[in-house]
Amino acid sequence: MAISFDKAFAGHDKMLGFRSARAAILANNIANADTPNYKARDISFDGMLANEQAKLKLSATSQSHLSGGSSATEGGLFYRNPNQPSLDGNTVDMQREQAEFAENSLQFDTSFMFLDRKISGMKKALTGN
Amino acid sequence: MSISNIFAISGSAMSAQTVRLNTVASNMANVDSVASSADQTYRARKPVFSQMMNDNMKNYGWSNATIDESGAGVGVKVDAIVESDAPLQPRYEPDHPMANEEGYVFYPNVNPMEEMADMMSASRSFQTNVEIMNSAKSMMQKMLTLGQV
Repeated sequence: MAISFDKAFAGHDKMLGFRSARAAILANNIANADTPNYKARDISFDGMLANEQAKLKLSATSQSHLSGGSSATEGGLFYRNPNQPSLDGNTVDMQREQAEFAENSLQFDTSFMFLDRKISGMKKALTGN
Repeated sequence: MSISNIFAISGSAMSAQTVRLNTVASNMANVDSVASSADQTYRARKPVFSQMMNDNMKNYGWSNATIDESGAGVGVKVDAIVESDAPLQPRYEPDHPMANEEGYVFYPNVNPMEEMADMMSASRSFQTNVEIMNSAKSMMQKMLTLGQV
């Protein structure tokens, strides 16, 4: 039986990719905290999942079959609903963005730990000690 | 890899905030720079920030910014430095060496309180971006240790 890294990692490698993409978007919000008319953005895991699922196509065995699967949206990206938009049209809430960034990097560490343990588990299985 | 984008994003924000601090320093230095006519008087300068997208990120020299497939912008840039339209302060000081025929000297429209608040806001934003860059650095360093145990 061949080792499948995809199965062994159980999606934690993909999760690391998602967490680093989200970190970049949150960093961009914080960078634009003083930019007039900037609208804070974010991505959600549900949005990314729906986006990936939209890419799946139904198999069409007859010409009359519909292809199914809608076109992918903009990478699961959405605009924040501001609590208190400022007069210059900026919707970045600095405290919220900092909290989200901290939470995101903690979740990044969690995914990293899971992935690390998976790898050391595989190593242990291979070396047998 | 989007973590390396964070360095470009926070770096652009830090340089934009530095420009803002520079305008504050310039305004505060010239708070008492007088002139004999309204058009020669120093006017308070303010930077205008705008969002940077991928293509102008590269033009700006942040060549390590990769294409961001999610479509969010990357970083911030200083669009322009504009001069304040606030009224100047003409003062009647006939003994002043710079006084004009009517005895007036023109003082700049710099508001020191506003400038101090601007300075604090700029340095706080700068600090936040340094922290973000530090977090990105530790995330990246952690990635390098994957599977080392």
